[in-house]
Amino acid sequence: MSEHDHEHHHDHDHSELSETQLRVRALETVLIEKGYVDQAALDLLIETYEKKVGPRNGARVVAKAWADPAYRARLMKDATPAIAKIGYAGRRGEHIVALENTPKLHNMVVCTLCSCYPWPVLGLPPVWYKSAPYRSRAVADPRGVLADFGVSLPKDTQIRIWDSTAEIRYLVVPMRPAGTKGWSEEKLAELVTRDSMIGTGLPKSPKDL
Amino acid sequence: MNGAQDMGGKHGFGPVKPEPNEPVFHDEWEKRAFALTLAMGMPGGWNIDMSRFARENRPPAEYLSMSYYQIWFAALEHMAKERGLVSDDEIEAGHSLRTAKPVKRVLSPTDVAKTLHRDGPTERDTKTKSQFKPGDRVRAKNINPPTHTRLPAYVRGHVGTIERVIGCHVFPDSNATGAGEDPQWLYTVCFDGRELWGADGDPTSKVSVDAWQPYLERA
Repeated sequence: MSEHDHEHHHDHDHSELSETQLRVRALETVLIEKGYVDQAALDLLIETYEKKVGPRNGARVVAKAWADPAYRARLMKDATPAIAKIGYAGRRGEHIVALENTPKLHNMVVCTLCSCYPWPVLGLPPVWYKSAPYRSRAVADPRGVLADFGVSLPKDTQIRIWDSTAEIRYLVVPMRPAGTKGWSEEKLAELVTRDSMIGTGLPKSPKDL
Repeated sequence: MNGAQDMGGKHGFGPVKPEPNEPVFHDEWEKRAFALTLAMGMPGGWNIDMSRFARENRPPAEYLSMSYYQIWFAALEHMAKERGLVSDDEIEAGHSLRTAKPVKRVLSPTDVAKTLHRDGPTERDTKTKSQFKPGDRVRAKNINPPTHTRLPAYVRGHVGTIERVIGCHVFPDSNATGAGEDPQWLYTVCFDGRELWGADGDPTSKVSVDAWQPYLERA
């Protein structure tokens, strides 16, 4: 390794990221040694949100609402028990409200004050959802934000922004794409994107599959 | 508090940059910081509102220069130190240097699924009646507490319509300071884009916040 390379690695090791890495490791070690946290519980928490809980959950809810009018009615009336019925409940989803998009109304969800997000149905929020550009502009310039996502809505579509300032968590139910008549819930779920359930995107169309 | 966390309507942050095929975590330390934050709630004894205040309560320049998990981690460190669970020299050493303080409960692996599943609803029973009903016109009060609040600055002083009476919920402004849950009626209040942003607002947009009764007055 040349001296230049060595210096480069040296700098990298002391970058801000590495400082954070070291500090997190240090605190974790202290907390484990003191018996405040159990390492196996930490691993399980990570595994849960990395592998088990994610937007596929929400996609199943939306697909069921598309395919089953009775379920859709229950979901719109009181989403928390309707969602719990198919197995999703708990932390950051204690009070869920479903918001239905129509040809005249488009719903979009934000948390301007922090990062509130319906974990049981969408998993953990993406970085952009927690970022200053989204949190600052979603409420004042929703069409501009949608343009950042490549989404353009008709001029006369009403846009409703839901700022999640309390413990109510919002799930957007996008419009069912055309050309999907008779599709199974499983196949419909493949059309439901994470962003379409936040309101910054639209579902895929059958030709995208 | 009127800190950097209250971002609604601020300019200059640039476009939103979605990341295609974004991973759940971007680094190993993010996973650890996330899991530690969740697991420490139990022995730490703090509530969600205390955590949120610990995250936002820092100089704006600092808040804006940190990633979200860095903010979470800094808040966790702060709360653990504040309650005497760990100290700076221990974090420096990377080892426990003192006997642990007794804590009520520790999250065990067998409790993880159960705890995540039933985690804390904030609705509370009440004998009081809600002051407002759907359709009522209300003004968001002009409040500026230096402590935690969930009334964003961009709606303060503006008039909106009660759309839904949600129920009686833990009041963050009180819960964050340790003064108790003080449950209050919670409403979805909807504002026209033009009411909030004047002629610069999008006339086809409406914005709602969920606001507790003490934030509101009849308009």
